[in-house]
Amino acid sequence: MAETRNFSIIAHIDHGKSTLADRLIQKAGLVTERDFRDQILDTMDIERERGITIKSQTASLPYRARDGEEYVLNLIDTPGHVDFSYEVSRALSSCEGVLLLVDATQGVQAQTQANLFMAMEHDLEIIPVINKIDLASADIDGAKDQIDRDLALDPESAVLVSAKTGEGVDELLEAIVRQFPPPIGDPTEALKALIFDARYDPFRGAVASCRVFSGAVRSGDIIRFMFTGKTHRVEEVGRFQIERVSSESLAAGDVGYLIAGIKTVADTRIGDTMTLDDRPADEALPGFRESKPMVFSSLYPVSSDDFMSLSESLEKYELNDAALVYTKDSSSALGQGFRAGFLGLLHLEIVQERLEREFNQSLILTAPSVEYHFHLENGSMLSVDNPTYYPDPMSISRAEEPYIRASIYIPDRYMGAVMKLCLERRAENSQLEYPSSGRLEMRFDMPLAEVVFDFYDRLKSVTQGYGSLDYEMLEYRTSDLVKVDILVNGERVDALSMIVQRDRARTRAVQACERLKETIPRHMFKIPIQGAIGGKIISRETINAFRKDVTAKCYGGDVSRKRKLLEKQKKGKRRMKMVGNVEIPQSAFIAVLKARDE
Amino acid sequence: MAGTTRPGLYVHVPFCRTKCPYCAFKSTTETARIGDWLSALEREAEGRRGLFGWYDTLYVGGGTPSVLSDADLRRLMGTLLGTFHFTRDLEATIEVNPGDVDEAKAELLYGLGFNRISMGVQSFVQPELEFLGRRHNAARALWSFDVFRGAGFESLGLDLIQGLPGQTVEARLESLKRAVELGPEHLSCYELGFEPGTPFYEARRKGKLSPPDGDAAAEGFLATSEYLEDSGFLHYEVSNYARDERHRSRHNRKYWRHVPVLGLGPAAHSFDGRTRWWNVPDVAEYCRRLGSGDSAVQETEDLGPDQLRLERLALGFRTREGVDRKNLGDVARAQSLLDRLVMEGLVTVSDTRVQPTREGLCVADGLARGFCDL
Ligand SMILES: Nc1nc2c(ncn2[C@@H]2O[C@H](COP(=O)(O)OP(=O)(O)OP(=O)(O)O)[C@@H](O)[C@H]2O)c(=O)[nH]1
Ligand code: SF4
Ligand SMILES: [Mg+2]
Repeated sequence: MAETRNFSIIAHIDHGKSTLADRLIQKAGLVTERDFRDQILDTMDIERERGITIKSQTASLPYRARDGEEYVLNLIDTPGHVDFSYEVSRALSSCEGVLLLVDATQGVQAQTQANLFMAMEHDLEIIPVINKIDLASADIDGAKDQIDRDLALDPESAVLVSAKTGEGVDELLEAIVRQFPPPIGDPTEALKALIFDARYDPFRGAVASCRVFSGAVRSGDIIRFMFTGKTHRVEEVGRFQIERVSSESLAAGDVGYLIAGIKTVADTRIGDTMTLDDRPADEALPGFRESKPMVFSSLYPVSSDDFMSLSESLEKYELNDAALVYTKDSSSALGQGFRAGFLGLLHLEIVQERLEREFNQSLILTAPSVEYHFHLENGSMLSVDNPTYYPDPMSISRAEEPYIRASIYIPDRYMGAVMKLCLERRAENSQLEYPSSGRLEMRFDMPLAEVVFDFYDRLKSVTQGYGSLDYEMLEYRTSDLVKVDILVNGERVDALSMIVQRDRARTRAVQACERLKETIPRHMFKIPIQGAIGGKIISRETINAFRKDVTAKCYGGDVSRKRKLLEKQKKGKRRMKMVGNVEIPQSAFIAVLKARDE
Repeated sequence: MAGTTRPGLYVHVPFCRTKCPYCAFKSTTETARIGDWLSALEREAEGRRGLFGWYDTLYVGGGTPSVLSDADLRRLMGTLLGTFHFTRDLEATIEVNPGDVDEAKAELLYGLGFNRISMGVQSFVQPELEFLGRRHNAARALWSFDVFRGAGFESLGLDLIQGLPGQTVEARLESLKRAVELGPEHLSCYELGFEPGTPFYEARRKGKLSPPDGDAAAEGFLATSEYLEDSGFLHYEVSNYARDERHRSRHNRKYWRHVPVLGLGPAAHSFDGRTRWWNVPDVAEYCRRLGSGDSAVQETEDLGPDQLRLERLALGFRTREGVDRKNLGDVARAQSLLDRLVMEGLVTVSDTRVQPTREGLCVADGLARGFCDL
């Protein structure tokens, strides 16, 4: 029996986790030269296009150590972006150790620290790894200092590697088998296996990723989910190499997958414990802490007929994204849909894109909102993440919004532009630091709502792509909040309403009206577009009527062509939302959310 | 208001002496093929002999039918009269180019039974004619008009092209004024189009020609309508004006009212009330097919109730007769849109019909689009 080591690779975004995984996979000879591609574990198109990891991925690697022993190394590559930290926390629950990567050119950054704390909470063995030592700008001593000072880890235990060239990777493999403890757990006891991830396969149903803590499971067994109580016959178990590779059984200490013909997606809950029906465990493993959404938005199908299909897609999608939470929602303008909570804006964007790509949905998202607190005259407190539920202004005694501590890393030449942007966005309490020459770290307290709007796009634009942003939550702070409504042709479009700070209301209303004017096509009549607080109009635009809209000739040979055009336009109108007599295209709802380059 | 429901007969003459730079019409300058075309047409007519009963319109269009020689014209009419039944009050129209006619030709046409002329004048302003690449001059157009009157024609129509790049409203009215002074029974005023495949389209794409923008086009359209209606004409379709109801084109109204029409010749379209079919556009192919006993039909479409409804919207809003309210769809939503359109002065509404105003004709395609999905 080969010995097992279970570990995750964690780090700040872009510090080289997936590239390091590539080297480990190649050393294990899991893929041929021909099939290899960079960041091979980033399998989704959207990950490859954006060059970031979104989903944790598992790979089981065979390894013969210098002592001649055979090992199975179960590695989990995790995402570095803060919006996907829930992926990291679940991956950690199936490991005994972590490789904590530090980019030698960047040093310790926000997520290096955050991920370290998570590993410590799970009591995991930590090997610090200093990466990208092949680069001329690598500052190994600086990185060691920070590991010592900021992470309180032993800098001398750090392994130096270049994930790109493979330098140091052999030593790292030895450190893994030497320093990480083998999993403990008795394969003869009752089965306890934790589901830490899943995905929906249209042919096989749910494919659950699991870590077995005790006992064993093989195909043919009847398993029981301890939370839902549901039972299923196991069809297949196995390990993730690059593809799924089936095996006879999974036993205590193993990480792998399990397929049990589970078509009703609701049966599989991430965090549930599987046991054997005829020999159940006494108690379930501790599951996962629920993720806490920060940003909220409603999802509507472009065509109201597609609500059921969206509902089914969300159910399947949710399996693979445990951080998404949603409930039913409805809007008079957009019909039936869902209110969803996301870990951040990137998460929101990814959910939308994956639903569109993987499930063929066409969606309209409403303006992202944070969760506001309204203290009412009657002494109660109302949490509101949906502008629809903004309380009667007369009943509000005090309102609060969540603040963040933003850390912005930029080349110092952009300081002026970024400062200006931040002050526009109500940033306060600024601090500057120069981590290395030419680089600047700016820290601010800011309302989360400002970041949620278009801050990130604007930051990228004023720094020509060089700016990066991290943030951590601070407390709620008192704020003067109003609800801005948008009226199209005199009718309020509830899906466009937003809660904003009073001083920012006009700017935001003007912007929304401008965007709508650009995206709503001309009609046969003038269309006023207004922003309003209560009954008071604070911004206005007008879409002019088209003046001429008719072809000159229509005789025998033109009729058919004319009808076909009309048939096409009729189809196109199904992708529009009717508000009164006005057709609003999907793009208009999106445009309202997007930043404009100045 | 009601028109006849008897079928109409259309004959397509696909020949022109030269090709105009704005024209996307399938026509050829290979006049050597006229003989083949006539033979093919005779076969096609024979095959359609019993299709419909009595025709009350004949429309010989093109192309340029006036390129046909006297002998060709005699042969064509001989075939048609020998094959189909025509009512006594037949409206028989032929399109002519002012450069192609003289007294003898006009008398021949009259003698063959034509009683309505549609003359492709395009403009009475010399530089505009040159820009459009037309062979005739303005004086020739005026003269031709008198020739037809002299030959006995009581129903004369002129075709004009408007909306030339840089044309002011005053310049537009200039040609109209000359036309009105002649006293025709009918006027067609077409906005210059830039159709793919034409030299004008290319020139526009390259930025060498820029048509008037939407506002200018609308202003010109409305000014034309106002001027002609003030001069006693009836603006009865987007591009068509008649001295009175009787002089509206009986033939063209059949297309707009879904009345059956049999079309003969390359690219000609036919419709029997439910089914539409059309011939191959290429002259050589048309002749080859009929010569070898095949059908010239390129495509056939059967129209379901929804398709017929869409066509009624698309066609109806182009005419002052408008659309039967039954075609407007979902009543509540249609009503709210109608109220708005009435308020904007784009349509008027009666118990049974919705009729576009002058401003409504200017956005007729938009009106059809507004109701298409209700
Ligand atoms: N020169 C050099 N470049 C490296 C090294 N390791 C990674 N990179 C580069 O750094 C970039 C980020 O690498 P990834 O492996 O995608 O980083 P990651 O940590 O997986 O990023 P996320 O998954 O998005 O958090 C890529 O362009 C890599 O080619 C290294 O050792 N040397
Ligand atoms: S506009 Fe008339 S004459 Fe000129 S090419 Fe076209 S069909 Fe022939
Ligand atoms: Mg990665």
